[in-house]
Amino acid sequence: MNTKRDEEVYVFPNAPTPTRPVIFDPDHCNGCNKCVSVCIMDILLPNPEKGKPPLVVFPDECWYDACCELHCPESNAIRLNYPLMWKVPWKRKETGDYHWVGEKNPLPPNPKPPV
Amino acid sequence: MDSLAEYANAGVTVKWPYPIRYGEEKEVTGDVLVLGGGIAGCWAAISAAKKGANVVLVERAATIASGSGGPGCDHWSLAITGNPACPLTAEEVSEAIIDSLEGHYNGISTYLTARESYDTLLELEKMGAKIRDTEDEFKGAAFRDEETKLLYAYDYTNKFTVRVWGNTFKPALYKECKRLGVSIQDRVMATGLLTEGGNEGNRVIGAMGVNVRTGEFMVFKAKATVMCTARSTRVWYSPTEETGLYYLSPPTAGGSTMAWRAGAEFTMMEKTHQAGTMIVGPCHGAAHPGNTWFPATMVDAKGKEIPYVDRDNNVLKTVGERNRPSPGQKFMLPDHYRTDEYDFIPPGTMTIEEMVEKGEYTLPLFADLTRMPEEERRVIFGLMVGQESKSRSTYKYYTEAGFDPEKDMLQGFQFIAPYAYGITGVGRRSPTYASALGSRNVRTAYGGGLVVDWDLRTSLDGLYAAGWSIFSGGAHPEAACTGKYAGRHAAEFATGISQGDVDRKQVENEMRRIYGSTKRNEGIDWKELNHGINKVMQVYCGEPKGDELMKLGLDLLEDLKWETDTRSFSTDPHKLSRMIETMEILTTAEMILHASMARKASSKYLGFKRWDYPTMDPEEWRKFITIKQEAGQVKLGELPLRYWGDLAENYEAHCLL
Repeated sequence: MNTKRDEEVYVFPNAPTPTRPVIFDPDHCNGCNKCVSVCIMDILLPNPEKGKPPLVVFPDECWYDACCELHCPESNAIRLNYPLMWKVPWKRKETGDYHWVGEKNPLPPNPKPPV
Repeated sequence: MDSLAEYANAGVTVKWPYPIRYGEEKEVTGDVLVLGGGIAGCWAAISAAKKGANVVLVERAATIASGSGGPGCDHWSLAITGNPACPLTAEEVSEAIIDSLEGHYNGISTYLTARESYDTLLELEKMGAKIRDTEDEFKGAAFRDEETKLLYAYDYTNKFTVRVWGNTFKPALYKECKRLGVSIQDRVMATGLLTEGGNEGNRVIGAMGVNVRTGEFMVFKAKATVMCTARSTRVWYSPTEETGLYYLSPPTAGGSTMAWRAGAEFTMMEKTHQAGTMIVGPCHGAAHPGNTWFPATMVDAKGKEIPYVDRDNNVLKTVGERNRPSPGQKFMLPDHYRTDEYDFIPPGTMTIEEMVEKGEYTLPLFADLTRMPEEERRVIFGLMVGQESKSRSTYKYYTEAGFDPEKDMLQGFQFIAPYAYGITGVGRRSPTYASALGSRNVRTAYGGGLVVDWDLRTSLDGLYAAGWSIFSGGAHPEAACTGKYAGRHAAEFATGISQGDVDRKQVENEMRRIYGSTKRNEGIDWKELNHGINKVMQVYCGEPKGDELMKLGLDLLEDLKWETDTRSFSTDPHKLSRMIETMEILTTAEMILHASMARKASSKYLGFKRWDYPTMDPEEWRKFITIKQEAGQVKLGELPLRYWGDLAENYEAHCLL
């Protein structure tokens, strides 16, 4: 673990929250900025480094509509990052156990989605 | 690094990537100007362009994706006239809706939607949207018409609501706008209307706006203008940390306050209310509990089913009965139109809350799709959840996380709220799928807005309105149909008139109004201003309301205006746009207070409670209160309920078809 004991520590204002509503996978993102152009809340800016994923500059304004994901030409380049207050549980009838998106020991994906 | 916080932590600063053009002017001219590129705006632009008008569409975000209906839509209602599967008439359904609120509703937009909704859906299909089960995924289902492959929802007997693949809608509308040569001005936020001579109350001759990325000032000249802006949100609450959780519409809207400044008449603003709890979510986590999930089987923690009952409190024994009218009832009333919204409980029934208190049910409650017929299960958690606005990703992420509607029960987030997960209709409600969820804490969900006539013209010459900007404006199909209708009228008006002359003073005043916050680097940011407005509205325009409180509320809003004028700051065009929309929210709050003070009575139809005038809907107050601004003063007026007269007769005289 990096304790940063020997590093200089700088002071920043609190980050707006949720700090990271969407996550880009740099291996899949081609930096085309299509998501920047469609974002309803306009929370993204093009990355100063060409070809890199956009910057999430106004994360607290995300509407979680996922239009960035819908219009992304690549698959697996963008994922919504469920915020902590969205943990709505479901109950598996046969076990009585509760589950939710983002739990510690997740279930395997449903292999046969309804549509 | 893909977040600004990481850059900041690494000591890297990021330069604003777009040029800054505060105060630089750009002029665009068209015959018809459409303000707002959501569902209503796209349809208005398309229909005006089809009539030959040169159309300019101004959208604050990106037209391909934006608006409340941008991400998707799960059901298309009021598909009546022209629908071969529906035995009803537009008149009888519209009258029933209007009667259920005893006239406190918009008969014009409701009726024209009932007349044009089905044809509009077919038109949308021609543009490339998906409206039919062409892959036969639901073959043989009770809600499927085998011949047309249309899937119906809610009332399977009368088939006037269609289940649709709404993710395909907005891209199709965008493509059609492009095909018709509509000049789309994305990332431009309209801020003010241009009027002849620069005076309020005069003919509208265009609009002004600001580019939300560069800050450039835009002047749009047009012969006719259509307001298609969203309802304004963030009036009572604006915790951005929970934005995704709360709002059914994108929380960006200043609404149609620019029309207020231009002197247009509004009504029903007092219905624009906080209405109960602020925790209505998570919409995203579940889709619309009232209609997306209807008629999910509801069970308690011990697996005991909470039965659906009909309007006479008879328990419905089968799932199929939930989608059929009660004995003696011709059809089920469409959603959102019921007095259920105002906690009307049929006499003699017990609420879920009471039943829980008596020990009849154990919390938490669940939507249990495992007990439902296979097609019903798949069409709810599959098609409906997968296509409804923001919940498209719910389907994806829940499925990835293992949620299986054949094995799992989804917990009601509000443990005993009657609106959670299709629970309306359960235990105490008649088998309508009434729901108020979407309107719990947002402003103009079926609430206040612009007064319109049978041309969807506002009280100002040259200004038309559609979608949420109309008082009592409805959901997706109503936005589409009113947009289409208003677009026709705007195009027609534009053919017989020339462009107006822009008043320079009006332009300069608007610049002064909107750029003020860019002159400072510290002070009050848009969030603090928004929270200030919210606190005033929570404390002074909560429930019940009273004159003395509301008067004080207005004084405090006046103080916030002064604070804004002297201390507000915005450090980039994005924050500037948020500041401007927050100033519009302040104006909305003032309009709500003025309208609320004007109604000296309570009303169950308006969800309006006053402690100083507690009598509900006394005869002398059964009317619309109108408000408008004249020479800086608020001018009150009134309109009779059902001022629209005979629905069919007036529609036919005005529809331009």
